[in-house]
Amino acid sequence: MNQANNVAQLQDIARQVRIDIIDSLHRAGSGHTGGSLSATDIMVALFFGKMRRREDDPCWPHRDRFILSKGHCAPALYAVLARLGHFPREELQHLRRFGSMLQGHPDSSCTPGVEIPTGSLGQGLSIGNGLALACRLRGLDSRIYVLMGDGEVQEGMVWEAAMTAAHYALDNLTAVIDRNRLQIDGRTREVMSLEPLAQKWLAFGWHTMEVDGHSMTELLAAFDACESIKGKPSMIVAHTTKGKGVSLFEDQVKYHGVAPSKEEYDQAMKELGR
Amino acid sequence: MIPKESTRVEYGKTLKELGSQYPEIVVLDADLSASTQTKYFAQAFPQRFFNMGVAEQDLMGTAAGLALGGMIPFASTFAIFAAGRAWEQVRQSIAYAGINVKIVASHGGVTVGEDGGSHQALEDLALMRVLPNMVVLVPADGPETRAMTRWAAQYHGPVYMRTGRSTMPVIYGADHRFQLGQGSILREGDDVSLMGVGVMVHACLEAASLLEKEGVSARVLNLSCLKPLDWELVLDSARRTGCVVTAEEHMVTGGLGSAVSEVLGEHHPVPVKRVGIRDVFGVSGAPDELLKHYGLTARDIAAAAHKALAGKNGR
Repeated sequence: MNQANNVAQLQDIARQVRIDIIDSLHRAGSGHTGGSLSATDIMVALFFGKMRRREDDPCWPHRDRFILSKGHCAPALYAVLARLGHFPREELQHLRRFGSMLQGHPDSSCTPGVEIPTGSLGQGLSIGNGLALACRLRGLDSRIYVLMGDGEVQEGMVWEAAMTAAHYALDNLTAVIDRNRLQIDGRTREVMSLEPLAQKWLAFGWHTMEVDGHSMTELLAAFDACESIKGKPSMIVAHTTKGKGVSLFEDQVKYHGVAPSKEEYDQAMKELGR
Repeated sequence: MIPKESTRVEYGKTLKELGSQYPEIVVLDADLSASTQTKYFAQAFPQRFFNMGVAEQDLMGTAAGLALGGMIPFASTFAIFAAGRAWEQVRQSIAYAGINVKIVASHGGVTVGEDGGSHQALEDLALMRVLPNMVVLVPADGPETRAMTRWAAQYHGPVYMRTGRSTMPVIYGADHRFQLGQGSILREGDDVSLMGVGVMVHACLEAASLLEKEGVSARVLNLSCLKPLDWELVLDSARRTGCVVTAEEHMVTGGLGSAVSEVLGEHHPVPVKRVGIRDVFGVSGAPDELLKHYGLTARDIAAAAHKALAGKNGR
């Protein structure tokens, strides 16, 4: 498959994943719309365009690992995992329901394909570091990917982990920040300033890149570039738009944790071409 | 003279022994390896020892990731930082995840001594006991520490074990073995049950000797496996003796006193007196001085036994 075809295919998968996200959130009646949509292209690029995995062996020890540190964007992860065959897509209709395998935030005890529970922010990078150390000790060449939110990096623990990854030269780890510039209470610059964000990671000793987080081409190139970096961990600051893909939701603070109404759902489906 | 051993030192030495036996064991510390005694492992297995610096939250998260990657992490720091500062990391990434991390925290209780209230963990057992999936252990001496450390290495799941700064009298033989969920009877008696954890177990034995001279026969239990608690043994003792004293170097709320009272309150109410810290923080001082100050001596346990007996006899 040539690069152009690959990108077009990934874009179409992302469109379908967005449809699944909105559908599951609308049925659930609650959940995190904005961040799930801003992170969709990053997750699709990783799971369908980059990460090494075996469809017939989900626990293949050499698989690349993904930690969704911004656990509230579980709907995007679930839509991806269902499409990869970890569980039937019908399960998406039961998101957040009592007895469902799809909890409000990821829980590895319920959901095949989820590596570890997340949802309490700021913890995924430390977990990723531990995984990276374990892979190094065991001689596994797996790569560890951690996806964080931009508001999430206000947690102090993230910067403890930033020091650890650099100190232990974890070059088998790539972290991505979904830089959508919004958090629950407003714009990140108003709630708690993050800039200069990329420079902070650079100063902590990380290989740091900035990309358009909705460009499959840029994302794939960045993942490849990070893989060739030796002796330090890699950070990709992915500039995104919260609510990406549905004009109603784009760059709107209020859709952080609100599910689409019937009218919003209808318009979203029209825009996404369902 | 009863020989004394330090639970933290016995932990450190056992960990080093286990390092050869289990290539999956990794050890993490937060800049306190000389105090928690993980230094022995660090010297023997530098490739499998990770100093996380002064960063206990990251310590717990990294340990979780190592376990996820198939290793057996032992994460050590002071009890107040392991159970207190990093509590929510332990909850989310270790207990909720049901992941195979062993938290071995030193410097529990007032016997930390001179460092004072900031460093004396009097709440850690409560904080850990409330977490689903978590096993909570408080060894009473060196042999029990060695047995528990060996047990923890082969058990799959989250464990919290509290060690102490001071040395403790040796109670068990060198071949002591630990079994999950089992307390042990250290002395038989009919009038009152003395139930202890950690350094207070030996104090209970001393209290039983004092009580014997006063004509009171005391049964002494070591409930070192605080969670899951040996309900059957607690109930059996309450039925047999009709009153109970608990003793712990911890707040009387949330730890052993609470655990025993919960079982007895629901299943076999008898008079219970709790020896422990009563809603105050620690202060600086020598360990023995502090044990006296906070009413944690054998004499205090014996006095509590008399009160429990008075309750049983309706006085």
